[in-house]
Amino acid sequence: MTRVLVVGAGPAGIRAAERLVRAGLRPIVVDEGARAGGQIYRRPPEGFSRPPEKLYGSEAGKARALHAVFDAMVASGQVDHRPQASVHAIRDGVAHVGAQRIAHDRLILATGATDRLVPVEGWQRAGVFTLGAAQIALKAQGVAIGRRIVLAGSGPLLTLVATQLLAAGAGVAAVLDTATLAQQAGGGGGMALARPAVTARGLAMRARLGRLYHAGVRLDRIAEDAVHWRDAKGQAQVTPCDAVALGWHLRAETQLADLAGARFAWSDTWAQWLPVADPMGRAGPGLYLAGDGLRILGADSAETAGALAANACLNDLGTATPDTPRLLRRARRMHRFAAAMAQAFPWPGVPLDALPDTAVLCRCEGITVGQMRAAADHGGAEANRVKSLGRIGMGRCQGRYCQLAAADLIARHAGLAPQAVGRLRGQPPARPVPIDALLED
Amino acid sequence: MTGQLVRLAETDRAPVAFRLDGRDMTGLQGDTVLTAILTGADSLRPAEFGPERRAGFCLMGACQDCWIWAEDGVRLRACSTPLAPGMRLLSEAPDGWPA
Repeated sequence: MTRVLVVGAGPAGIRAAERLVRAGLRPIVVDEGARAGGQIYRRPPEGFSRPPEKLYGSEAGKARALHAVFDAMVASGQVDHRPQASVHAIRDGVAHVGAQRIAHDRLILATGATDRLVPVEGWQRAGVFTLGAAQIALKAQGVAIGRRIVLAGSGPLLTLVATQLLAAGAGVAAVLDTATLAQQAGGGGGMALARPAVTARGLAMRARLGRLYHAGVRLDRIAEDAVHWRDAKGQAQVTPCDAVALGWHLRAETQLADLAGARFAWSDTWAQWLPVADPMGRAGPGLYLAGDGLRILGADSAETAGALAANACLNDLGTATPDTPRLLRRARRMHRFAAAMAQAFPWPGVPLDALPDTAVLCRCEGITVGQMRAAADHGGAEANRVKSLGRIGMGRCQGRYCQLAAADLIARHAGLAPQAVGRLRGQPPARPVPIDALLED
Repeated sequence: MTGQLVRLAETDRAPVAFRLDGRDMTGLQGDTVLTAILTGADSLRPAEFGPERRAGFCLMGACQDCWIWAEDGVRLRACSTPLAPGMRLLSEAPDGWPA
C-alpha cells in the first residue's frame, strides 16, 4: 500500500486523512497535540467538562464533526495516529520524529500557523503572551492569562479572543488595535461580499467590546505593570495591567515544507514568504500542502484545502475525485475573504523603524534591534547573513517569532523592500530534540 | 505569591501535588506543568540572556520559552507536558549541569 504521511491533525489534516481513508489508504498522522483538532479546535484533556458550545461558540458544530470523524478513524484502526509527536526533520522521503524514522511515499503537510508578532519594547517580560496563547489557556485549561489583561495587535483573533475572555469572566483592561478604522473599512467591504455572515459576526463581536476597544493605536512599551500606548489622535495613554497578549494575524508554519523541498515566493497580500503550490496544494513530487501552513485562510478554508490536497494525492495515484471542481470554487471564495481581511488588518500596522535600538527583537536570546542593525551594517542587508552574524533567527524558536519583523527592520534600515532581504532558510531540527534522537545506530 | 494565571472554569478536578524548587505546590488533574506552576507563581524561570523572568509565550509548543527542568536532569516543555503526581521540578538547571 502507498505510504502516506500526514503531518498535523487540525481541520486540514483531519479532512485530508478522511479522504485518504475513504479511498482505502491507511495514512500515518503525526500531530503535536494529545488529541486531534489543531489549535483552533483544540480539546481540553480528558476529564474537563465544558461542552463544545462553550469552547468553540458558533463553531461548535464544526469542531464536533471534525473530532468525531478523526476519533472514529482512530478507533477503527483506519489511521495510524501518532499524537504528541513532532517532526523535526524531513529528508529523502523520511520524516524524523524524535528517534523514530517514518519512511513515506507521499507527504501531506498541514502544519498550521502561529501568531505573527511585532516586537514591542518590554515584550520579553513574564506575563506577555501571544493572542493564540491567551485563547489556548482559556480553551484547553480554563485559565485566564492574568487578572487585568491588555490585548494588542491586529487581525480577527484580537476581537475574538477579547470576546471569549469577557464571556468567560476574565478581566480585560483594553483591546488595542493597530489597524485604523479607515483600513478596516477598506478591507471590510471585500470581506462582507465574500462571506457576509462571518463578517457580520465579527462586527457584532466588536460592538460588544464597546469602550474597551481602540483602533489606530501605536504601542510604545510594555512596562512591569502597564502598557504605554498612543491613541488615534496621538495622545499618550497608560493602561495598568498584569498580563498582555500580542498578535498581528498569523504566520504560516512553513519550516517542514521548506525541509521537504517546497519553493517559496513573497506574498504581498500576506506580507510573508509562502510556499508555492498549485490550486490543489501540490508543492513538489509527492508533496502536498494544506491549511494555514500554505495560505492564511482560516479554519473553514483549511477543511477545504485538506480535502483538495488529499484529492491531489489520490489523483496522482490514479484515483479520480469528482468533487474537486466544487472544492476549488469554495477555496476561491475563501481566498477572496482572507485577502480582504489581510487588507483590513495590515501588518505591521506602523513602521517598525520607530522601534528603539534598546527594544528586544529576539525573545529567545535577548538580542536587541540595535544589535541587529549593527549586524546588517557589518554584513549586509540579507536575512541569512544577519542570522549568522547577529543570531537573529538562530534561537530556540528558530526564528518563528522574530524573522518577519527582522526582515522588515533590515529592509527599512537599508532602504529596501522586505522581499529583497531574502528568506531565512529552514534548518533542522524544526523542534528541539534530545541529542540521542539524532544518533544513528 | 499570587499566580500569573487565573482559574475561570473546570475547577472541580482532583488536586495533584508536586514540587517546584523544593517548594510544595498543588495543581489540578489535567493541568499542564505550565498551568500548574503559573496558577501558584508569577513566572517559570529566569531568562538566560537577560535580567527578566519568563512565563511562556505561545503555549503551543512553537516558541520554546517555557523549558524547565526536573530534578533528575530531564528538560521539559512546560506548556505541552501534562502534570503528574509527585513531579519534582526546577526552574533552573540542577547543580552540576555545565553552564
